[in-house]
Amino acid sequence: MSDIRELYQSVILDHNKRPRNFRKVDGANRRAEGYNPLCGDKVAVQLRIEDGVVRDVGFEGSGCAISTASASMMTESVKGRSLADAEQLFQRFHDLLTGETHAEPSVDEQAALGKLTVFSGVREYPARVKCATLVWHALHSALEGRADPVSTE
Amino acid sequence: MKDKLDVKRLREDFPILHQTLQHGRPLVYLDNAATTQKPRAVINALVRYYERDNANIHRGVHELSQRSTAAFEDARTKVQGFLGAAHPSEIVFTRGTTEAINLVAQSFGRANVDSGDEVLISAMEHHSNIVPWQMLCEEKGARLRVVPIDDRGDLVLDELSRLLGPRTKLLAIAHVSNALGTVNPVREIIELAHERGVAVLVDGAQAVAHTRVDVRDLGCDFYCFSGHKLYGPTGIGALYGRSELLEAMAPWQGGGDMIASVTFEKTTYNVLPHKFEAGTPHIAGAIGLGVAIEYVQSVGLDAIAAYESELLAYATRALAGVPRVRLIGTARQKASVLSFVMQGVHPHDVGTILDQEGIAIRTGHHCAQPVMDRFDVPATARASLAFYNTRDEIDALVAGLGRVAEVFA
Repeated sequence: MSDIRELYQSVILDHNKRPRNFRKVDGANRRAEGYNPLCGDKVAVQLRIEDGVVRDVGFEGSGCAISTASASMMTESVKGRSLADAEQLFQRFHDLLTGETHAEPSVDEQAALGKLTVFSGVREYPARVKCATLVWHALHSALEGRADPVSTE
Repeated sequence: MKDKLDVKRLREDFPILHQTLQHGRPLVYLDNAATTQKPRAVINALVRYYERDNANIHRGVHELSQRSTAAFEDARTKVQGFLGAAHPSEIVFTRGTTEAINLVAQSFGRANVDSGDEVLISAMEHHSNIVPWQMLCEEKGARLRVVPIDDRGDLVLDELSRLLGPRTKLLAIAHVSNALGTVNPVREIIELAHERGVAVLVDGAQAVAHTRVDVRDLGCDFYCFSGHKLYGPTGIGALYGRSELLEAMAPWQGGGDMIASVTFEKTTYNVLPHKFEAGTPHIAGAIGLGVAIEYVQSVGLDAIAAYESELLAYATRALAGVPRVRLIGTARQKASVLSFVMQGVHPHDVGTILDQEGIAIRTGHHCAQPVMDRFDVPATARASLAFYNTRDEIDALVAGLGRVAEVFA
């Protein structure tokens, strides 16, 4: 029996209660929105990119604890990264939640993902995977410079 | 009338209820407004049909075809009796409520709604009683108007009366709201509409399992419901239409079974109700629905209504005592739905934690986004009751909400 605390780890609950970078970004030059029509969760991501580096990132919107915490921690994780690094982190996070293997992430992966590995518990809750990945899809879209809102459907 | 339900014994009729879920908890099924569970009688009827009678209907001369035709038409008669319709030909089998509403919109609506006309609905409708009318209005250049609801989730009847204007061609309204549980005074509403010469469609999807319906007593022009919310199979439902209206309406889908004769020059249509049933229908589903109706009638709708009303009152009191919980939808008359939000916790998180405790509820906008907007919430958690639910299960829900509060301290 998996404990509900493996999903709602204290880090996640903390970011849900006090989301970081929950704001507009001054001088933002990339934006994207994510929408989950299933639950109505909406998230908007803004980025300021200079010299190929994410100098600032913020998000706005409303959603469940998983999606809010995921958005908050995403902003902390990508700030200061190069575009290529941020994109790679999106891929790693995506794999962490949707990968076929249920094995624990390797040491390398853990190092790259850092605190984001707290979301590995979401894998056990298929109905909630989209909650965690929504903001990352919006980030991915913003990094690619696409303007259309992304949808989880 | 049977006035007291033996719920413990009735639960034995539903095999699915007796299971332990993956987290080691017994199932507490409180998502009956989404779909109800099926009694063994219905499940057996489906098996028996496929094992013994399966054949296409209305055309075969062989014995199996005659048997399945008889069973299918017998099911129609059961629906007729269940709704109090005057004649079986007033009952059209559909895939469900959604398809029934679309049928009326595409057939009655297209013929009777013109540019500048109005279709009236209410602010508590399910998307399936909004979108078909939006599509019609868009096509015709007509206007969709909406009767508001108050803070309790009751219709504002004065506004309804005001909005029934000279251009109103149809009023489409839920008997019971899926998101709020409000029971609308449909009889009174239909009377108001008919005084102005406006036809009325009643969406009975959330009503038929909880209250006795008599379409002639109500006086409605159209009434529709889904089998799967009435302990029957999915993929089958019914539309009742007054015969003079159905007679005048054009078919909406063409195909086999809905014709009298076909040449490349001209097709003449079959008689009611077959002109609205193109193609091979869900024969087993209709038969299963007939059995579900018999089952519900054997339990007794008055006894069901009395029991559920008492259980709803118990659950309402219980939820009122849970810190941080606020009920959405406190109409004067309600049926079997408890929509709520919990302060500081998104409904999805409530749903996931309750699921861990073995409690199945629905979370989200319940296909009623305008209702969510009206109450300024992104979503709600919804527990919805059937007669097989018990006080113990309500207590489990309350305990589960305690667990939610613990996690989201």
